Amino acid sequence: MPALIDLIREGRAVQHHGPWPRAVVDLAAWSFAVGQLSEGHWSLLGLWGEMDAVHMALLDQPAGEMAVVSLACPQRRYLSVAERHPPAIRLERTIRDLFGLEPEGLLDVRPWLDHGHWGVRHPLGVRQTDPPAFPLPVLPPYEFLRVDGPSLHQIPVGPVHAGIIEPGHFRFTANGEVVVRLEERLGYVHKGIEGLMAGADLDRAVRLVGRVSGDSTAAYALAFSQAAESALQIEAPARAVWLRALMAELERLANHLGDIGAICNDASFALMHTHCGVLRERVLRACDTGFGHRLMRDCIVPGGVAADLGPVGIAAVRALIEEIRRRFPALIELYDNTASLQDRTVATGVLAAALAHQYGAGGYVGRASGRAFDARRAPGYPPYEKLSFDVPVRQDGDVNARVWIRIQEVEQSLSLVEQILERLPDGPVRVEVAPAREAREGVALVEGFRGDVLVWLRLAGSGKVERCHLRDPSWFQWPLLEAVIEGNIVADFPLCNKSFNCSYSGHDL
Amino acid sequence: MRKHLFECLIRPPFTERSPSAGDATMAELAAGLDRAARRRLGRSLSIRAVDAGSCNGCELEMHALNNAFYDIERFGIRFVASPRHADVLLVTGPVTKNMREALERTYDATPNPKWVVAIGDCALDGGCFAGSYAVVGGVSEVVPVDLHIRGCPPSPTEILKGLLALLEHANAERRAP
Repeated sequence: MPALIDLIREGRAVQHHGPWPRAVVDLAAWSFAVGQLSEGHWSLLGLWGEMDAVHMALLDQPAGEMAVVSLACPQRRYLSVAERHPPAIRLERTIRDLFGLEPEGLLDVRPWLDHGHWGVRHPLGVRQTDPPAFPLPVLPPYEFLRVDGPSLHQIPVGPVHAGIIEPGHFRFTANGEVVVRLEERLGYVHKGIEGLMAGADLDRAVRLVGRVSGDSTAAYALAFSQAAESALQIEAPARAVWLRALMAELERLANHLGDIGAICNDASFALMHTHCGVLRERVLRACDTGFGHRLMRDCIVPGGVAADLGPVGIAAVRALIEEIRRRFPALIELYDNTASLQDRTVATGVLAAALAHQYGAGGYVGRASGRAFDARRAPGYPPYEKLSFDVPVRQDGDVNARVWIRIQEVEQSLSLVEQILERLPDGPVRVEVAPAREAREGVALVEGFRGDVLVWLRLAGSGKVERCHLRDPSWFQWPLLEAVIEGNIVADFPLCNKSFNCSYSGHDL
Repeated sequence: MRKHLFECLIRPPFTERSPSAGDATMAELAAGLDRAARRRLGRSLSIRAVDAGSCNGCELEMHALNNAFYDIERFGIRFVASPRHADVLLVTGPVTKNMREALERTYDATPNPKWVVAIGDCALDGGCFAGSYAVVGGVSEVVPVDLHIRGCPPSPTEILKGLLALLEHANAERRAP
């Protein structure tokens, strides 16, 4: 079986693209790559557009290789990936909305992010604006997929939800209490971030990137900084690299602790929610003491980190770890020994391993369904090769499995934080970032708490961002939520949904 | 589970006490909020959160208001599931064009008297997203705003402070002829 690297050799390699290669390929090679995806040999890491080209990031997991392949679209059309590989459907609908590039063979051509309110069609491609004299044609009303059968009823939910959560629309079709189909409609919080990124300098760009998904601000800033540093061929100082990992693990801890409690709360088990909420607040306060911001926003920047961690911060993080180690085991026991709670989480919302693999589902969603992938391990990035940690994997794929993966990841992150504090090198925390005077490209894959965040960028010679694509792990998790709810009762949807906890803002961008 | 419940009986609460202990801001806040809320609304203020385009950062801090440290319900303030039950809309985010209609409809569904509090730098003027083809701008471009609480995101304490200011303002309004 040909490896990914052979495909790259066949194409025209792009200079100044790092750390993995990018090649411009012809239609035959593009089609071959789609075949490899559809047969399950490779995973799709991302698919994004430009004015007159499409790019696809690929992972050859057995060989441990990553690459980007690009196809020129002079006719503003390209061979659909989604036609043979369904995980690409929403990505292609997005490319169509934003760039006006037509995927040949795509069956579902309903708009995805474009709800018809922007006053412009194809905002990042050949723009069709809305001058008063020639109004844009009004988009037809969004048609949900048909559901046929006796005794079915529909429940529309959102975009404004009952809790303090992000907006999105869920269309349930149920037979009595049993859900027979869920269809998601997203795009409500589309802010046009990739449009704002074009022409931004690195300072502004990293601020925007830190506001793609508020719960993953450190992961996004880390991925962007790594991609920019790869492009410019600079290295962040050792201490900064370790501090970045510390922030990433603290962010993982805060989110996992909060969500473990919130999942239980969706089964009306408030006690767990309260205690986990206390631990989450402790993490945020330690972050505030150590890094000056509860969510560690704008702390990771290209070239290093914005501020060093002082002795007071180190003491706060040490005290935090000590407290979680003291309190968390009793909470795990509480989760494990409460039969009424287990009754709700076990065998609920089962994600089949085959789907997790097909979609390349990252994070706890994939790892609870047998997909042993963690970007910290492979492709890997410093300092994780110097740290010892396990990547927990389960096969059962239900809400319970996703909770357990997160419980185990809390334990791993506690250990990682201790190791990092133990071995934190001294020295500067930031180097100057100078423009390269020529176009440079970089890519990075970083493990956020939710899964792998992909950032690809091209910097102009001036140092400004020419094009930057940000792919949230949710792109490959949202469609799976539709699959896992099938056959479950409506009342279990909040549990399933929270056990995925996909990002709306990260997805809608 | 019994173990946890017993432990809670003997352990001091996490909640940062209003007047007697805790830091000065919290104490001042708690006392002030209590007085104002009681005068105006007889100890009750129902809040409906609306994310009109936020990155989710402000939502995380609004969630924190419900944790044991801030315990917002002790002030008589609680989050409700429907705008029809709400006195206050807490709106976050630069309002996206795709959320504009939903925000307007949520506002219209909220009974009078009502107040709108815009949370976060984006909700003030669009923040770093201002100027995008997909963004309307600040919340006040879509619905009338009574108060802005700045920050990216504002901390739970700052949000509490803002709600206090709103209550004071609402009372001043009532006293005016």
